[in-house]
Amino acid sequence: MTVDQIIFLVVAVGTLIAALRVVTTGNLVHAALWLIATLFGVAVTFAILHASFLAVVQVVVYIGAIAILFIFAVMLTRKEMRDRGPQMNRNWWFGALLAAVTFGGLALIVSGWSGVTKTATAYPSDFDAVSALGNALVSPDAYVLPFEVASVLLVAALVGAVYVAFNRK
Amino acid sequence: MVPLSWYLIFSAALFSIGLFGVLSRRNAVAILLGIELMLNSVNVNLAAFWRYGNVTDIAGQVFAIIVFAVAAAEVSVGLALVISIYRKRNTVIADDIDMLKF
Repeated sequence: MTVDQIIFLVVAVGTLIAALRVVTTGNLVHAALWLIATLFGVAVTFAILHASFLAVVQVVVYIGAIAILFIFAVMLTRKEMRDRGPQMNRNWWFGALLAAVTFGGLALIVSGWSGVTKTATAYPSDFDAVSALGNALVSPDAYVLPFEVASVLLVAALVGAVYVAFNRK
Repeated sequence: MVPLSWYLIFSAALFSIGLFGVLSRRNAVAILLGIELMLNSVNVNLAAFWRYGNVTDIAGQVFAIIVFAVAAAEVSVGLALVISIYRKRNTVIADDIDMLKF
């Protein structure tokens, strides 16, 4: 086992433990903080994969904006600081069963696929992924249309969010 | 070097944990937390396939960026809905928000 395999295993196990705490912990503020830990683990995974821009965006957008938005939402939607009653619904065992079946099915498909033992070629040292990504996002013969559609979607969603959450009193 | 299958198994586990959270939590904010986990697992898959395929073909990262944008849009609208429902019904428990059900 090489060093990067050990690093990946440590990061992956830590991320999965944090993710389990997100879905099982009773206190929602703690769940949001565990979500930050999970997102950070995913950012480290991106860094291991040489996807440096994705790692930075993961930290800035997910941890910096989305997780903070979650914490604000948790604080705005509670009458007292403690969460009363059960946090799981009556059919939680069915959800657990369905999640286990999903994981088993996905693992079965992955293990049966021929390309799964593929190892990565050495990362080309003269390739600048960030500038290639930037060029691809604004180049007319690449992905400028999906990029613009995504930005229109984001603007529409944010305007809709402000409208929905607006207090008319 | 880490085999591709490890990333795929990791991503599948993260997706399943998120699915469990979506299906079993009562609080609507906690359901959105589960959705975030599922979207993140998809991004891990996209980045892994980009790295293990042709690195100069940047499509995997472009897809991941668009997933980021969609996740931000989804969570902003979702939390706005939760806050709006909390104002009107004084609850965020998904089982209690059944105005559409007879």
